[in-house]
Amino acid sequence: MLRLILLSAAALSVTASAASAETIRWARAGDSITLDPHAQNEGPTHALAHQMYDGLLQRDMSGAIIASLATEWAALAENPNVWRFKLREGVTFHDGAAFDSEDVVFSLNRAKQEGSEMQELLASVVDVRAVDAYTVDMETAGANPLMINNLTNMFMMDKGWAEANDVVMPQNVTAGETNYATMNTNGTGAFMLVSRSVDEKTVLKANPNYWGKDLYPTEVSEIIYTPIQSSATRVAALLSGEVDIIQDVPVQDLGRVAATDGLKVVTAAQNRVIFFGVDNAEGPTSDVRVRRAMNIAINRDAIKQIVMRDQSDPTGVIMPPFVNGWTSALNEFPAYDLDAAKALMADAGYADGFDLTLNCPNDRYINDEAICQAAVGMMGQIGIDVTLDAKPKAQHFPYIKEGNSDFWMLGWGVPTFDSHYIFNYLLHTNGGSRGSWNPTGFSNADVDDMIVSLESETDLAARDATIAKIWEIVQAEQVHLPIHNQVLNWGMKGGINFDVQPEDQPHFQFLTFN
Amino acid sequence: MLLIILRRLGQSFLVLFLVAFVSFMIFRYVGNPVDNLLGQEATNDRRDALIEALGLNDPLHVQYLSFVGRALQFDFGISYRTAQPVADMIIQRLPATLELALVSAIFAMFVGVVAGVYTAINRRGFIANSILSSSLIGVSLPTFLIGVLLIWVFSVELKWLPSFGRGDVVDLGFWTTGFLTVSGLKSLILPGITLGLYQMTLIMRLTRAEMLEVLRQDYIKFARARGLQDRTVYFGHALKNTLVPVITIAGLQLGSIVAFAIITETVFQWPGVGLMFINAVYFVDIPVMSAYLLLVGTLFVLINLIVDLLYLVIDPRLRDGQLKRTGG
Repeated sequence: MLRLILLSAAALSVTASAASAETIRWARAGDSITLDPHAQNEGPTHALAHQMYDGLLQRDMSGAIIASLATEWAALAENPNVWRFKLREGVTFHDGAAFDSEDVVFSLNRAKQEGSEMQELLASVVDVRAVDAYTVDMETAGANPLMINNLTNMFMMDKGWAEANDVVMPQNVTAGETNYATMNTNGTGAFMLVSRSVDEKTVLKANPNYWGKDLYPTEVSEIIYTPIQSSATRVAALLSGEVDIIQDVPVQDLGRVAATDGLKVVTAAQNRVIFFGVDNAEGPTSDVRVRRAMNIAINRDAIKQIVMRDQSDPTGVIMPPFVNGWTSALNEFPAYDLDAAKALMADAGYADGFDLTLNCPNDRYINDEAICQAAVGMMGQIGIDVTLDAKPKAQHFPYIKEGNSDFWMLGWGVPTFDSHYIFNYLLHTNGGSRGSWNPTGFSNADVDDMIVSLESETDLAARDATIAKIWEIVQAEQVHLPIHNQVLNWGMKGGINFDVQPEDQPHFQFLTFN
Repeated sequence: MLLIILRRLGQSFLVLFLVAFVSFMIFRYVGNPVDNLLGQEATNDRRDALIEALGLNDPLHVQYLSFVGRALQFDFGISYRTAQPVADMIIQRLPATLELALVSAIFAMFVGVVAGVYTAINRRGFIANSILSSSLIGVSLPTFLIGVLLIWVFSVELKWLPSFGRGDVVDLGFWTTGFLTVSGLKSLILPGITLGLYQMTLIMRLTRAEMLEVLRQDYIKFARARGLQDRTVYFGHALKNTLVPVITIAGLQLGSIVAFAIITETVFQWPGVGLMFINAVYFVDIPVMSAYLLLVGTLFVLINLIVDLLYLVIDPRLRDGQLKRTGG
């Protein structure tokens, strides 16, 4: 019987056809949620949008901000509340319409509308106006030196196209709306949409009139994007040559992919730090000595070697290395020292330890549950009896955000590449529009004031000094227990030259072939 | 007779209401979708407003009744994740699942009956015993492992068959089919075997047992005594009588093939309703989850209803109410 199956399988199969060098078949775990460029603020959605749409600015593969549709940008000397952008001339949308300042004004206003998930990034913008056809002024409420950091995923649409297709307002996903832009695109990007079947397959082809052709001479003429959820299947698809590049290679398969002829793994530090949060306000962990004891009881090197198979970058601060404010001194983590930790525990009056529950996601970060399991053992060494409660992210995040947990795991990416983003969400007192991810109970009025002052400080040296000061307080208080920065791995065919981008967004115009 | 049919229909509706209710109870523990919907920068105010707008703060019975009310009008709501109407999403993905289920059912039925008959006839043969013992592996290995093993052998090592997806499909307007292209047919083989393997072993063992039973009957002995050829005895007389219970079981198993396609679809990234359901669970996409569970519930209820009604047609004693049915 088996032979029968084998024979029929053989009869049906033809030799695997080698794809032409120009087609890139790309797979990752999840699909984009919508093609409307302002409707969602989420990794896979932006990653797909980046192939078809451009922002005024973009991040290169090292994370640095470089020109895109804007060629020059600066805050006005006479009025620091206004950012002036000089636009690139001669750019056309996929349908042939010309790109000018009218489209920029339209797109930025569109991204501020109700329903847009990009609105928080533009919250300080009070007005956007066209100075001439290729100059745009953006005025903020008070000076905002951070503004340009928020524009790299802020995509430009054609005003005429949006009006003609009734998509002047962004798709409001939370209200259950779809619109023409959900499944259709008209951007200025390097690739144009050919077809799309949600959760199944999206096909793009090269834009023959792309403005960046000379800057990024890629040979990619077609992209076939398939989400493949099961990591074993995704790796199998790469090993069998059915796809050319995959994101999210599981750490246990890295060796196998790298050892396969004709395949390679490209690695880079990710803009995401993993850490434990602890209750700073109540219970035994409100004592800073206990938090310090827990911090030096974490054996970060062991987590890296055993749990992460060397695919992580241990750290002593909850800040990835790309972020403004990062220093190697902050990144230094204390030596694993059980005796010192026990002494601190005894000092705090907990020589006999105490009980604690660790809340952990099990489907969000690389090996999240395994890291937590390791931590349970490490905390046990200093007498803290930890019960592990690992749940899917859909339960974990609401649970910790509502302040139910005393000890939890969280990861944080910093899309603005500035410390302010960490302070504002993780360290500002929880309440109003700030501190929404700070259930630690940490609340320091001086720190809060300094965080707010960062938003309008235009003297960059003074601003950096304030950032350093906040970190000093936060590190002294040991508000969180940092673990490591994640490492990104992309598996791909050996003939591809492509750097891993720290935001996990492949921008295929940068891809070349050997 | 009419009364019995009406009673059965009433029972079916009751079961569906219960299915919807139990699924609603479960959703309370799946999590909260707002953090998936809003992204990490959202303020607490917008978060609270969305929870209110989605009605997630409403008491359970209010959420349940509003869902049932809309479902009765064939309105299954709008997906939280994709913002598409759930009914459209199901209609779009159903062809993939049904084609996969059909291939698996044919595979299970055909291979199961052939292997069952073979092992019944050659009871002491080496091949028959090997088939029987290897079928134990088929029953005891979990589906995802079988899928991964098949991918390993046929996609990664031999590179004969695709490891994921449906291949090229032809859009007929109301239906997308993979039956009309070479890559579509190739893509069906591995998931079809994975999904049908358990049913195949079940049907094989059932066919074998029934066949052995029938072969002991007097009329088979008489047939042999009449000097009929083995072929005619086995296939003309024995097999026919074997198939009645086999077909009943196979029909009932069809529902499970559709319902349990979830794991196979996840392993092979098969774009059907099962994969849609798994995505919905990860995202806490409550409208999609409830519609899917209701769909599967309806499928099982329909199959059972048809079987019940067929029994009435076949067995006159049930019709007249002379025989109290025991069990079900």
